[in-house]
Amino acid sequence: MSGECRAQSTELDTRVNLLGIELDNPVIPASGTFGFGYEFAEIYDINILGSFSFKGTTAEPRFGNPTPRIAECEMGLINAVGLQNPGVDRVISEELPKLKKCFNKPVMANVSGFSIEEYVHTCALLDKEEQVGWIEVNISCPNVHGGGMAFGTSPEGAAEVVKAVKAVTTKPIIVKLSPNVTDIVAIAKAVEAAGADGISLINTLLGMRINLRTKKPVIANKMGGFSGPAIFPVAVRMVYQVAHAVKIPVIGMGGVSSAEDVIEMMLAGATAVQVGAANLVDPLACKKIIEDLPRVMEKYNIEKLSDIIGGVQ
Amino acid sequence: MKDVLLRLEKIEQIAKNTYLWVLSGDVSHITAPGQFVNIKLDGFYLRRPISVCDVEGDRLTIIFKAVGRGTEKMAKAQIGEEFLVLTGLGNGYDLTKSGDCPLLIGGGAGVPPMYLLCRELIREGMQPTVILGFNTADEVFYNKEFEALGARVIIATADGSMGIKGFVTNAMDGLDYSYFYTCGPEPMLKAVYNATATSGQMSFEERMGCGFGACMGCSCKTLTGYKRICKEGPVMAKEEILW
Repeated sequence: MSGECRAQSTELDTRVNLLGIELDNPVIPASGTFGFGYEFAEIYDINILGSFSFKGTTAEPRFGNPTPRIAECEMGLINAVGLQNPGVDRVISEELPKLKKCFNKPVMANVSGFSIEEYVHTCALLDKEEQVGWIEVNISCPNVHGGGMAFGTSPEGAAEVVKAVKAVTTKPIIVKLSPNVTDIVAIAKAVEAAGADGISLINTLLGMRINLRTKKPVIANKMGGFSGPAIFPVAVRMVYQVAHAVKIPVIGMGGVSSAEDVIEMMLAGATAVQVGAANLVDPLACKKIIEDLPRVMEKYNIEKLSDIIGGVQ
Repeated sequence: MKDVLLRLEKIEQIAKNTYLWVLSGDVSHITAPGQFVNIKLDGFYLRRPISVCDVEGDRLTIIFKAVGRGTEKMAKAQIGEEFLVLTGLGNGYDLTKSGDCPLLIGGGAGVPPMYLLCRELIREGMQPTVILGFNTADEVFYNKEFEALGARVIIATADGSMGIKGFVTNAMDGLDYSYFYTCGPEPMLKAVYNATATSGQMSFEERMGCGFGACMGCSCKTLTGYKRICKEGPVMAKEEILW
């Protein structure tokens, strides 16, 4: 049966062009849910992905927040990992050579920071790495006090980071926006005006759970980022608002779990789509979505996936 | 690591709030005692990580305590139900260090992984002693199963309703052993750590997101660097633990 489906699907075109780089399909695992790829490469060939955004990298190594860092929710989870990563030097010397062995396409480098100088330092180093196709600048991490989100919650702060990073890089800069703001469109317009090449959204929504027995927050950090299918409608709405307010490409994410969700995000205005939490509950989630795309395209009479970007009526 | 569909063949309450499941299917990716599986339940977003109690042929035995909504649902499962289970997770215990007469210490929900470990050690010709710690007699399980394997079994209950009155560390007093393996709540692990000069391995618990090393939700600091409980753990050498 699967053979038949494939035979029928050969006409269908899932490719999209993201800032000058052609992707075989728009599916990109989101930063923080896919490490540097190897855990997933154990169970499938990750070269079927459009690309993936690797673990958020900072200038210095970070352990992150105390545990517990995870809280389960209805149709989602809260995480407060706090940007645990080995630091940019070790990412370049150890992680990227290992990544190259299991992934041969351009990868998205995700960068976070605590000061303009730190963003500049980390972006400039990763910009020189051959396999890095795009740099995704995270100005929206909700889990670190005084961290990225401080820049991402005001149009001025966001623009300042973008200008500084653009001055030291040659590769496309994609700015990852926080939904934890009053007016996301104002921030999207500010980063576009500051020279951002693309925008990705949404990062997680700030959330909290309380343990009834102990009366304490479930997460040691008290609050964390809520993600999963529960936030999908919020994400679609924000992608729609931003994509219709800016001219630069938008990557949609937030609760995407199926091929149908990918298409809905693209109709809202996304050029490519990131998949986050779904990878954690099903390590084969992206593989299943990619394999299911032709069936869903056929169902909705879509021959060329890139034709539907922003196609909402 | 492999995600497999397993069928529930047997469900039995074996002690207070404690249930045993036997699942069947491809469990070939489980390679060491001390590993765990991550079970998908309908209606719950995250999977439930449960340690492997026994694996033989195509059968997997797990034992869990019904303590939250997820495990309470598991306690009501029906024979014939199928579950998506991510198998072969975590490092498991290293048997090569055991010496001739290792000591196995399991506390409460930390008892199950000791069973497969005990069986494998006996298979290799070792003579393990097993200490099982519980709060009360009605919580005790698997003591007869350990005896049937041929191990010497010592029970400790906090209220003295069965076996030695006190903690597993009271049962450790005066015992001679070549090495130790333990799994249980963190206060117990800490007490064991402080009660022995012998080398050993300890299995840790933490709230997990994915269970296979992707989310960094369960990281801990050790003397040999940051480790993910689900990937480089759950078993750590005593010498690398940083309390």
